[in-house]
Amino acid sequence: MISKQGTLTAKQEEGRHVALGLSVKDLLEMYDKMLLARALDERMWLLNRQGKANFVVSGQGHEAAQVGSAYALKRGVDFVLTYYRDHAVALTVGISARDVMLSTLAKANDPSSAGRQFPAHYSFPPLRIVSVSSAVATQIPHASGIALASKLKGEEAVTIVYFGDGATSKGDFHEGLNFAGVHKLPVVFFCENNLYAISVPLSKQMAIQDVAERAKAYGFPGVVVDGNDVLAVYEVTKEALDRARSGGGPTLIDAKTYRFLPHTSEDDDRRYRSREEVEEWKKRDPIERFRRDLLQAGILTEALDQEARKRTAAEAEDAVEFGQKSPDPDPKDALRYVYFEG
Amino acid sequence: MPIKTVIEALREALFEEMQRDERVVLLGEDIGLHGGVFRATEGLFQAFGEHRVIDTPLAESGIVGVAIGAAINGLRPVAEIQFADYIYSAMDQIVNEAAKLRYRSNGTWGCPLVIRAPWGAGVHGGLYHSQSIEAFFAHVAGLKVVAPVTPYDVKGLLKASIRDEDPVIFLEHKKTYRLIKGEVPEGDYIVPIGKAEVKREGSDLTVIAYGLMLHYSLEAAEKVAKEGIDVEVVDLRTILPLDKKTILASVRKTGKVLIVHEDNKTGGFGGELAGLITEEAFEDLDGPIMRLAVPDVPMMPFNAVLEDFLMLNPEKIVAAIRQLAAY
Repeated sequence: MISKQGTLTAKQEEGRHVALGLSVKDLLEMYDKMLLARALDERMWLLNRQGKANFVVSGQGHEAAQVGSAYALKRGVDFVLTYYRDHAVALTVGISARDVMLSTLAKANDPSSAGRQFPAHYSFPPLRIVSVSSAVATQIPHASGIALASKLKGEEAVTIVYFGDGATSKGDFHEGLNFAGVHKLPVVFFCENNLYAISVPLSKQMAIQDVAERAKAYGFPGVVVDGNDVLAVYEVTKEALDRARSGGGPTLIDAKTYRFLPHTSEDDDRRYRSREEVEEWKKRDPIERFRRDLLQAGILTEALDQEARKRTAAEAEDAVEFGQKSPDPDPKDALRYVYFEG
Repeated sequence: MPIKTVIEALREALFEEMQRDERVVLLGEDIGLHGGVFRATEGLFQAFGEHRVIDTPLAESGIVGVAIGAAINGLRPVAEIQFADYIYSAMDQIVNEAAKLRYRSNGTWGCPLVIRAPWGAGVHGGLYHSQSIEAFFAHVAGLKVVAPVTPYDVKGLLKASIRDEDPVIFLEHKKTYRLIKGEVPEGDYIVPIGKAEVKREGSDLTVIAYGLMLHYSLEAAEKVAKEGIDVEVVDLRTILPLDKKTILASVRKTGKVLIVHEDNKTGGFGGELAGLITEEAFEDLDGPIMRLAVPDVPMMPFNAVLEDFLMLNPEKIVAAIRQLAAY
């Protein structure tokens, strides 16, 4: 197991992105995606409280894990299977802010499912974002199967599959990783480990410290990474993708992070998490941390930061407006696409 | 025309489809070097290699889940569940994933996948090598379920299933594998999914059957013919989507219906057929719709005396036909 803990000084931070092959433009784009994901997420909750969005599942707190990993992908080439908290993954791969809101509001022009699925079940074939269900861990063997097909066809695509810590208790986690290990498939298993499966803490989910330890049983590397450090996440994901692409087989990434808000709009996390614990983690807000690092490194200025925040807020507002103006599906469409229609 | 067994027809279909389309890959337990516990894939590993005839870990959900992924990325996987009795581990993958992928993506993703599974009793298979599973899957919109039992139908429907754009549960009655022989033409042909067939024409009453019960029903029909009862036998071949037209046409012709299946009666597919006929052909009926099925106990006890007691056979079907004919 490899451990990547990012606590670097400003000067090192500056050198760090260069070593990772990232430009200043890349850093600012990553920062932008994190801000945009947060801005959209905040508006989803407002819409929910206004009775305009029936259900919200939040990714606040996970932005570094999601953007850092997705930014390392070859977009449109690599297959992506998200889980239901991955707004920032979808945005980074190329889903637009408007599309996020169309999914949130289940509108007819929602490209993921035309309003059939719960929000945040992103799907878009042109970007190789694969449709997922709400069942936990079922997408993991799919990732192995997609990677198997890539290997048989000799294509360069790597598949990345996201899931939470709770998913690692399921049989499909084991069956998917085991198959990928046996066949040394080009796939990256990315666990957004936020320490809780709804209310059940990690200590009741597994008798080991790190999800990454489980990789040993499948014969490939398991990596622990600080999931709130966007560049550390980028680094380990890039390494895993490169290894997979060059025939080195799968990697399991255990990105430690924290969900700031309840599991969904139907949940009350005060029943199972102390406010002190939540506040403690909010001090480690991945966006604030990246902002501080970028400011210290002289890559971001307060003026640039304000501009980025204004821009992403406006984009989120536009998406909300666009989403609300968009039509609901035709009722009769509920009967379509049970089977192939040609 | 060459005479083949069901298992030979099946193997031939797999071979020809793999030869025709390099996207066709097989996944399952013991299907490689071993050739499968029923020898369904014998010779295919040697002909197409380990990358297209893939021995998987012993994990049904993984087999189906991986096959779904392979289908998503452009392959045409044929997954084998060694015995239908073990398919339940893969239920989540079949019901929540394969069956719903097209619907939940508004038609933008599809899942062209075949899941083959040997099913059925009558071979001293005990509780876990004998079950009938069709009713579970017939309930799932988004799936297709086929259960052909003549060599001709098996070959043609397997080819159709592999070429279909949607997930197909392909049920193979294990007792028919070597028991049933029939003519299979050389060369390529398909039997379309969703088409039943009248396997024996008659005018007094209709027997609707599938699986091994089709053959037992044909045997029973010959026996009662000597008594002057002229039975029409409809072979469903496809369970989902159901060929309502063929079923209703036969019911309208004879006015009496006996449904025969070896699944348990309660919640069995016979109830669905009875419902359909009652709704759409009530006025044409001259008697009650009868269902002949295995009593509601777990199938099958291993002891031969116990299995024979529960299992349907041509004699039990003859008795039911006589009862209905006399109505």
